[in-house]
Amino acid sequence: MGLLARADATRLAALFPDLPEHALLRGPETGAVMVRGRQGGTGAPFNLGEMSVTRCSVQLASGAVGHAHVQGRDKAHARRAAVIDALLQGDDSLRATVLKPLAEAEAARRQARAAKAGATKVEFFTMVRGED
Amino acid sequence: MNPIAMKGGFTDAPVQSAQNFRALLSALSQPGTLVEMAGAEPPAPLSPAAGAAALVLFDGTTPVHLAGRLDTPDLRDWITFHTGAPLVAAEQAMFALGHWDDLQPVTRFAIGTPEYPDRAATLIVEMPDLTPDGATLRGPGIDGEATLSLPETRAFQMNRALFPLGFDTYLTAGNRIAGLPRSTLVEAV
Amino acid sequence: MYVAVKGGERAIDNAHAFLAEERRGDPSVPELSLAQIREQMALAVNRVMAEGSLYDPDLAALAIKQARGDLIEAIFLIRAYRTTLPRLGHSRPIDTGAMAAVRRVSATYKDLPGGQVLGPTFDYTHRLIDFALAAEGEAPEAPKAQPLGPVPRVTGFLDREGLIEAEPASDATPRDLTREPMELPADRALRLQALARGDEGFVLSLAYSSQRGYGRTHPFVGELRIGEVAVEMDIPELGFAVEIGEITVTECETVNQFMGSKTQPPQFTRGYGLVFGQSERKAISMSLVDRALRWEELGEENTGAPVQDAEFVLMHSDNIQATGFLEHIKLPHYVDFQSELELVRKMRREAMAGREAAE
Repeated sequence: MGLLARADATRLAALFPDLPEHALLRGPETGAVMVRGRQGGTGAPFNLGEMSVTRCSVQLASGAVGHAHVQGRDKAHARRAAVIDALLQGDDSLRATVLKPLAEAEAARRQARAAKAGATKVEFFTMVRGED
Repeated sequence: MNPIAMKGGFTDAPVQSAQNFRALLSALSQPGTLVEMAGAEPPAPLSPAAGAAALVLFDGTTPVHLAGRLDTPDLRDWITFHTGAPLVAAEQAMFALGHWDDLQPVTRFAIGTPEYPDRAATLIVEMPDLTPDGATLRGPGIDGEATLSLPETRAFQMNRALFPLGFDTYLTAGNRIAGLPRSTLVEAV
Repeated sequence: MYVAVKGGERAIDNAHAFLAEERRGDPSVPELSLAQIREQMALAVNRVMAEGSLYDPDLAALAIKQARGDLIEAIFLIRAYRTTLPRLGHSRPIDTGAMAAVRRVSATYKDLPGGQVLGPTFDYTHRLIDFALAAEGEAPEAPKAQPLGPVPRVTGFLDREGLIEAEPASDATPRDLTREPMELPADRALRLQALARGDEGFVLSLAYSSQRGYGRTHPFVGELRIGEVAVEMDIPELGFAVEIGEITVTECETVNQFMGSKTQPPQFTRGYGLVFGQSERKAISMSLVDRALRWEELGEENTGAPVQDAEFVLMHSDNIQATGFLEHIKLPHYVDFQSELELVRKMRREAMAGREAAE
């Protein structure tokens, strides 16, 4: 679900363009989720600020129910993610055709950023003092 | 969560919320007037009118108490799924849903504070039937007097005596709703 | 008293049309796209998200375009928009320890596990205008090396030895100043929320004043990190938490002057800053102000410094409240002024009469 939530909406639509028939149970609706942090990084929670989230719940003709909460305000994205969530409960082929390409693209992007950050790592040399 | 609990919400939330909110406003500002609600299909035994009121009024910041016969798994899930409202004990509730006898004693509910009279509970009372006869109502929003089938009068008289504190009440049956704010003077026939 | 005025409607419509044209500027210059603002004015977008208190880069980019680059006006637009959104819930507290960091530095330890990682920083630029940027051209791709993995928290090392005050986790529900009016005294959770959305300039100036001696707390930057963290939320219909997205945040932990008591051996204290986006000036400032505001719970002396005064800090940190109150004085006050005018005339008449009588 996290993968579908983080996916680029255009990329997801390209991987899975046509939605099967489904009924809307709730939404798609855009709202805000209050993001919490922790005092000192590890302590008691505090409210950092909100993020926009669009959610959708659908039911397929088969009766399977799917849910999605996706970052941003794209209702088509939330609806598509909810339908895929419902389909995944019966159809494993989507893992290879939709989830795998999304996961690979995400891993490559993260790896590239981590590698560029790694290249800015400082190597300190401790100077030996004269009297030692 | 049972899929039954995920059905029966508004199909066109912005429009239906606005229309039902207007209905709730009319009902509370003209006590005794029967107003139609539409668009919600909650799981049994909740009435469509009480269901629509729940969809309009409840959200994640409004603690809700489900009393007695209405405290069913399907209804708990329905309210959680569609409104996000936390379900709580009567004393902590901002809204309470129930039949009149299940809500007793109503003195448990929040009546607000002198600084914040708005921090009072609103009761949504499910009635077997709701008709424009019975107890006499007088007060703000009523031209002279009105009549309404109330479950009793004593509790509302005691609540009126607390004014400007006190709870507010909606009465529901089928798809009809009526309002009885804390400002209304109630007299038995 | 207010006086109704007629006839302003057309003038207002025309002012809006004039504003729209000025916003566009010279039509022979290509129009900015939202993607251009989001990608190339990213730090402005970050500031609007942080102080608008809504993480949505596309929306912040649109607000900046609409506000003609006036960031406080853009923040105002975001604040107004967020009030129209239903609150769907709250996230689990984000785990900044699991951050995919692109920058992470410490001023207290040089040889820390995970290393000092400079990331995309301005720090070592020479602040010389780069005229090459005036010409369009692709930036070369940044070099790569061994990818940076998760990096441990610096204060964790001090914590292990008991050298720094503990920050025990809890699941207490924090108060939310966007839902209920702020009441003083404000606890630390509420103060951090106010500072996270507070004006960067105001928080910076307060932090600077504390460094210059007005409420000094001897801070070291224990750790500053920037990167992406997952946001997770409990979904009742599922019965478990799912990831709903990923956000970039900047976190600063300061290690501050130590103290001890009869029961507690001396140990360092903490200040904390956490901000949406890449915004380290704001995060460092926030951690200094957070620490200074903790004087009471840490048993320190109130020296009367502005940064120690929670009411002063919290009631003046919001640039939208400040702008609203400040700018309202340019709106019609004809009646107020008329009455003052009458008063001054009357007092002058009386003063003149008094002087003549004396002569």
